[in-house]
Amino acid sequence: MSVKLNTRQVGDVTVVDVAGRITLGEGSSALRDTLRELVGKGQKKILLNLGDVTYIDSSGIGELVSGFTTVTNSGGQLKLLGLNKRVKDLLQITKLYTVFDVHEEEASAIRSF
Amino acid sequence: MPGRSSMRENQHRGSEIVERFLDSTLESVDSAEELALGVAERAGFDEDDLMKIGMAVRESMVNAVVHGNRYSAHKKVRFSVTHHDTRFTVRIADEGEGFDFANLPDPLSAENLMRTSGRGIFLIRSFMDEFQMRHLELGGTEVTLVKYTVSK
Repeated sequence: MSVKLNTRQVGDVTVVDVAGRITLGEGSSALRDTLRELVGKGQKKILLNLGDVTYIDSSGIGELVSGFTTVTNSGGQLKLLGLNKRVKDLLQITKLYTVFDVHEEEASAIRSF
Repeated sequence: MPGRSSMRENQHRGSEIVERFLDSTLESVDSAEELALGVAERAGFDEDDLMKIGMAVRESMVNAVVHGNRYSAHKKVRFSVTHHDTRFTVRIADEGEGFDFANLPDPLSAENLMRTSGRGIFLIRSFMDEFQMRHLELGGTEVTLVKYTVSK
């Protein structure tokens, strides 16, 4: 499996721990399905923990953008946690770093909602 | 390695060339990345450049497989990677119908920033020293990616 997703609840915030590769195919579609499922269940506060993401391609970035739009349009918030240098650089190059609310530490990310 | 492979590999005096005909599958994207990184690593690129090369190759292969050949089992992707002196070159050609690459939307513009696609070629250009696209006479599109082992 290219990506592993684990969902847990911290208060009223849903944390999605993402590990592995978010690339075209299995990886990006798994992330998409998980976010849609959470929105469908009415989750409004979603924190994507990308600390263990080893690789993301343009499709993966597209899914982050799509997820952000879907959650925001449903009246919720999607935030990012634990970007490594590679993911951070990609988001900066594509001018998306400032679109997302990015955090380095989980506790403060949770409090920010 | 998946897919029919017509392969040629050559190493001579520090130069290396690898050529394949790859199936139009996502597995071929992985194969191409692996092949390119193998040559790039032997060429002496550091970890940061290896990441950039890997990404550029993946994005180019996805374009060829998904947009060019549309996953057709009847169409192949011609893939080659060459290292000679300071020049590392990847060529990827599909058998698709071609597209207007002279008028690609800017993914950084305000109206495109939140699109879910359209960043692949931009990333390739960001990561490689040179990037060219051309229509092939017999159909399809070929891209050429170049990175230098020393700064030019």
